[in-house]
Amino acid sequence: MVTTTVPTATATVSSSAPVSVKMSARNVNLWYGTKQALFDVNMDVMKHRVTALIGPSGCGKTTFLRCLNRMNDTIGSCRVEGDIRLDGLNIYDPSIDVVQVRARVGMVFQKPNPFPKSIYENVAYGPRIHGLARSKADLDDIVEASLRGAGLWEEVADRLDQPGTSLSGGQQQRLCIARAIAVSPEVILMDEPCSALDPIATAHIEELIDELRKTFTIVIVTHNMQQAARVSQYTAFFHLGKLIEFGPTEEIFTRPLEQMTQDYITGRFG
Amino acid sequence: MNEVAIEVEAPKLARLLDATYRPTAEQAAALVRRRYARERALKLAGLTGLAIGVLALGLLLASIVPGVKAFVRHAIVLDIEFDAAVIDASGTRDPREMAKADYQELIYRALYRLFPEATGREARRELRSLVSVGAGDRLRDMVLADPSIVGSTQRVAVIAASNIDQVLKGSIDRTVPEESRVVKDRTLAVIDRLAEQGRITREWNKSFFLTGDSRHPELAGLYGALIGSAYLMLVTFLFSVPMGIAAAVYLEEFAPKNRVTDLIEININNLAAVPSIVFGLLGLAIFLNTFGLPRSSPIAGGLTLGLMTLPTVVVATRAALRSIPPSIREAALGIGASRVQAVLHHVLPLAMPGILTGTIIGMAQALGETAPLLMIGMNAFIVDVPRSPWDAAAALPVQIYIWADSPERQFAELTAGAIIVLLGFLIVMNGLAIYLRRRLERTW
Repeated sequence: MVTTTVPTATATVSSSAPVSVKMSARNVNLWYGTKQALFDVNMDVMKHRVTALIGPSGCGKTTFLRCLNRMNDTIGSCRVEGDIRLDGLNIYDPSIDVVQVRARVGMVFQKPNPFPKSIYENVAYGPRIHGLARSKADLDDIVEASLRGAGLWEEVADRLDQPGTSLSGGQQQRLCIARAIAVSPEVILMDEPCSALDPIATAHIEELIDELRKTFTIVIVTHNMQQAARVSQYTAFFHLGKLIEFGPTEEIFTRPLEQMTQDYITGRFG
Repeated sequence: MNEVAIEVEAPKLARLLDATYRPTAEQAAALVRRRYARERALKLAGLTGLAIGVLALGLLLASIVPGVKAFVRHAIVLDIEFDAAVIDASGTRDPREMAKADYQELIYRALYRLFPEATGREARRELRSLVSVGAGDRLRDMVLADPSIVGSTQRVAVIAASNIDQVLKGSIDRTVPEESRVVKDRTLAVIDRLAEQGRITREWNKSFFLTGDSRHPELAGLYGALIGSAYLMLVTFLFSVPMGIAAAVYLEEFAPKNRVTDLIEININNLAAVPSIVFGLLGLAIFLNTFGLPRSSPIAGGLTLGLMTLPTVVVATRAALRSIPPSIREAALGIGASRVQAVLHHVLPLAMPGILTGTIIGMAQALGETAPLLMIGMNAFIVDVPRSPWDAAAALPVQIYIWADSPERQFAELTAGAIIVLLGFLIVMNGLAIYLRRRLERTW
């Protein structure tokens, strides 16, 4: 049986601000066709905290991440059961518009995937389709604020009209982050955002994540234990579609309750 | 558990590392030799194929090159007396009156004056056969443009008859015995005398590009077929491209993957391989017999060709859509674009070069298609240039077919000329496809 530790206000976190639940998952089961990929996942995502999802390949962490903004809807054979709430609102409720969910829960992907358009257009696209800008000047402000938020402004301010694909890998990923924050989401999901980047670009993104959590709530999937330990306040360990353990990152890394967690983070399997 | 696994694998690993299984140096050398021989054979086969292809292309081009002869024609320079009695018997200078006058007679009189020795009926008939039956039209145009020339004598180059033109172009062999030759010795002598006097000129064959079809090859033109083909392409494009792209986008981006869509997909792919004559029969049954569209019209032909092009467009569009990486769709969906927005704003624009290329190639195919148009009745003899897609019209490939089937010598030349024009259009269309692909292609 899976023991799931859901930390409440008693959890020790590296920030003194009061902790509240932003998203909650209850009894989430997921099937790809007839193959079950997630088994009874229960966990909470805390507001203004970084939650890291770790686990060996194929353990369901990315699948779970994509449940949080219903990206799995795009896979025809995928079926989700259970309850995922965003501020108490069930995002799988039939009355909910999936586009609105994704506007509130943004996503950054493993491989940087800027649109083959200009840097400006990459960032401006989201605000434009959601009607967030009142005027061209307003849109310019949103683009600048987003690029500053993603720590990219200084590098691209003088070449906003150049294609986003002309940037380096790390810059492209920050452009994708800028694109995600431009629509003012509440939660940002990051699926191994640094796996295609070199160590310097990775360090850059990690700093950025710590900065972003002041404004947003972040859930990040990572294969890198050190990264999980560095950037997150909460860590969830998945194995074979089950959530094995969930708790404050310090506890997971220093005194995990489960032997399997211990084995994984010390590199004994995975 | 890993340690256990390695123990099981160990004997096999030993087999892999066992040097006694390695080929000897001679064996290895033989392997290399055989590999080289095979590679050489493959390269040779490829080169042979390429050489045959280039040869075939060269032969094709060489065989249609004589078609450029169709672009020029011969004319006979005559001193025409614009006789007021013939042109304007009433003396009112009424343009309508003058348009109806017998200008051909003026040309014949000029010929009789030039060859006063030809007095017999037969000799005069032969003289008359020197010029085209449509040669008088030029005189009429001159008179209507400038009525003041009536009563004067002017040097005018009038269009030579088809056979005379063929003799002058060398297409009719003078060495053939007279009894089996279209142009008799006496006429040849007359032509030679005209040439000596410098009365034979060559001119740009304007009517080839500016008039419709005719029974007389020296007057027959491609313009009607060009306009007919233009209307055909317009109808085909408007019918097949929006519908094909819409169908492909729906199938590729929105349709659930189930048996029904699988069946539709298989059918569309098979439709692309249906012989075109079958589409012609379909068009005949549906567009002419059921909907009652006018026979021989570009609207009926265009819709038929559109049906034929539709699967090509669908298949090309689907391939283009599939080549767009899913990451682009995810990126759009991830910031809250709807699926329709993701497709319209990102996927479709990126797929456009591929779609355009496929579409233009499909259209080029339709432009060269003949069989379905025969079923629609577009092989009728149509002299008039169509004014709308609802008028009876010829089409380029059908015109080529009609001319190739005509007995008069000069039609062979016109056929080749029309083929040059058709191929020119196809090259332009394919060039456009390549240009658009280069121009719009993006990388990500």
